[in-house]
Amino acid sequence: MNLQSTNEQEMMRHMVRTFAQNEVAREVPNMEATDQFPRHLIKKMGEIGLMGVPLPERYSGSGMDFTSYILAIHEMSKVSAAVGVILSVHTSVGTKPIYTFGTEQQKRHYVPKLARGEYLGAFALTEPGAGSDAAALKTTAVKKGNEYILNGSKVFITNGGEADTYIVFARTGQLGSKSNISAFIVEKDTPGFMVGKKEKKMGLKGSNTTSLTFEDASVPERQLLGNEGDGLAIAMANLNAGRIGIAAQALGIAEAALEEAKSYVQERKQFGQPAKQQGVAFKLADMATNIEAAKLLTYRAANLYDKGLPSRKQASMAKLFASKTAMKVTTEAVQLFGGYGYTTDVPVERFFRDAKVCEIYEGTSEIQKHVIGKALLAN
Amino acid sequence: MNIYVLLKRTFDTEEKIEIENGEIIDDGAEFIINPYDEYAVEEAIQIRDEHGGEVSVVTVGDEEAEKQLRTALAMGADQAYLIEDEDIENGDEYSTQELLKAFFAEKEYDLILGGNVAVDGGSGQIGPRLADQLDIVHVTSAVDITLEGNEAKVERDVEGDQEIISVSLPALITAQQGLNEPRYPSLPGIMKAKKKPLETLDLDDLDVDEEDAEGKTKTVERFLPPEKQAGRILEGEVEGQVQELVRLLKTDAKVL
Repeated sequence: MNLQSTNEQEMMRHMVRTFAQNEVAREVPNMEATDQFPRHLIKKMGEIGLMGVPLPERYSGSGMDFTSYILAIHEMSKVSAAVGVILSVHTSVGTKPIYTFGTEQQKRHYVPKLARGEYLGAFALTEPGAGSDAAALKTTAVKKGNEYILNGSKVFITNGGEADTYIVFARTGQLGSKSNISAFIVEKDTPGFMVGKKEKKMGLKGSNTTSLTFEDASVPERQLLGNEGDGLAIAMANLNAGRIGIAAQALGIAEAALEEAKSYVQERKQFGQPAKQQGVAFKLADMATNIEAAKLLTYRAANLYDKGLPSRKQASMAKLFASKTAMKVTTEAVQLFGGYGYTTDVPVERFFRDAKVCEIYEGTSEIQKHVIGKALLAN
Repeated sequence: MNIYVLLKRTFDTEEKIEIENGEIIDDGAEFIINPYDEYAVEEAIQIRDEHGGEVSVVTVGDEEAEKQLRTALAMGADQAYLIEDEDIENGDEYSTQELLKAFFAEKEYDLILGGNVAVDGGSGQIGPRLADQLDIVHVTSAVDITLEGNEAKVERDVEGDQEIISVSLPALITAQQGLNEPRYPSLPGIMKAKKKPLETLDLDDLDVDEEDAEGKTKTVERFLPPEKQAGRILEGEVEGQVQELVRLLKTDAKVL
């Protein structure tokens, strides 16, 4: 297994790092203070090809591999985990399903706009009564002439209210079955489609999470993604990619927290001595070792995914471990900062708040353990 | 219009420099295009896009410098040349000048751009040295370049003041901060850069003898600037503090 970056990946890492430091970092205070979505950043990221990293050039993508995309999420999340998740949701579940399952016409119509950042994508699966259990989905889609009429509601939709297109999952048959869920591309201006209240989140300030409501929302038949009943397969197809993306996000948060902690203890004096004594050094050593292990798991999973090899178990392991590491490392970082760590004057409290959600979304840690356990006991 | 850009691979400006046994340690350091050279690359691309022609980037260094050349290609340069100088002992500005002179002897050029100075060595000599060897005019520290026909109008930064100079091409111009804002190499650009031509040349290719390009200078010692001492806080009545401050400035710091 070779986890050495290619020259292109190195160049990209450097570019994303510079871009994040120069363009994204200065937006963070405002995002934190107002929870406002950084729309103008989407345009800038589109211009340099960040909104379509793993999509082919013929659809205006950057034509890079999945590992490169993971690198982008990782680097971006060191500066802003909120921008990391905007990018991750837009790409892996907002755009990729259209590219993978769309008709040529759907692809030509939507993918270039999404890849250039002219459109922002979102993914609407979760409902009040259906989180990890997608089969309990209640939103319905009834065919009427050459339209589908959608009714129901969705919750916790990242990029909600900002997105131009949503991949929406609805039932085209009886409740309780997994085989009659279908996926639709829903445009933001669809009559009967409404964006609900924006959640006030613990972290990821500046990234939108909203509910969505469908009241006799009419979606043209040509916007059905795949065939009727393909919904669950479409939802599941990008799960692994999504999980590796969140692992990369968690990794970015953890690394940023370690960097802050490192420079703080090197400057901080306690009892007339620098704070970098053995106790502190041991803490840092544990943090760094966990990060290194999380990094290996994440890039290993990305490498398998790139090669088209089975990656379900590894993606879950990476997500489980990286999010746990992010939580541990940010907790320690706050602790090392002492009282200051509990204030918004230093960024570690933001990392701490941002890390928590990594253990929850794209499948909770418990779901990841379920997936890993099932894989272990399969035979 | 044939535009050449001189480019150097340097330490990232954020890196902490360490010295061990008189040598600079670059293990694990990040490297970048010298920021002043990056202005030159950006300017060259803009000039080409407006007036047509080709942009070639040239560096003197080791094979690792290919990364910085590829980055310039990703920004939009058309082709790149890597002149390997590993065979040269004790290379310095003179060595680089000799290699570039030999390289340009075979080339046709209208405009050669470079950075005003490299952030590592900081000599600022390569541009003027090369112009002298090629017997062309040079202008340093440009903050604005306008091309009209066979003339370049260059606004240069003179310690905060501006000076406007018109020169006829071919000319060599070095870039100062403020000339432009370099673009980010886009991701599609990075992918395209992979396929753009990059030629590696060694001393034989340039018909340069090792001894002829040997450095003319000798490094006697390398050391880091002394660590900054903590400041002193004066105490007591304001009048007394002022007197003490004046005394210190006169006797200790000797700046008055």
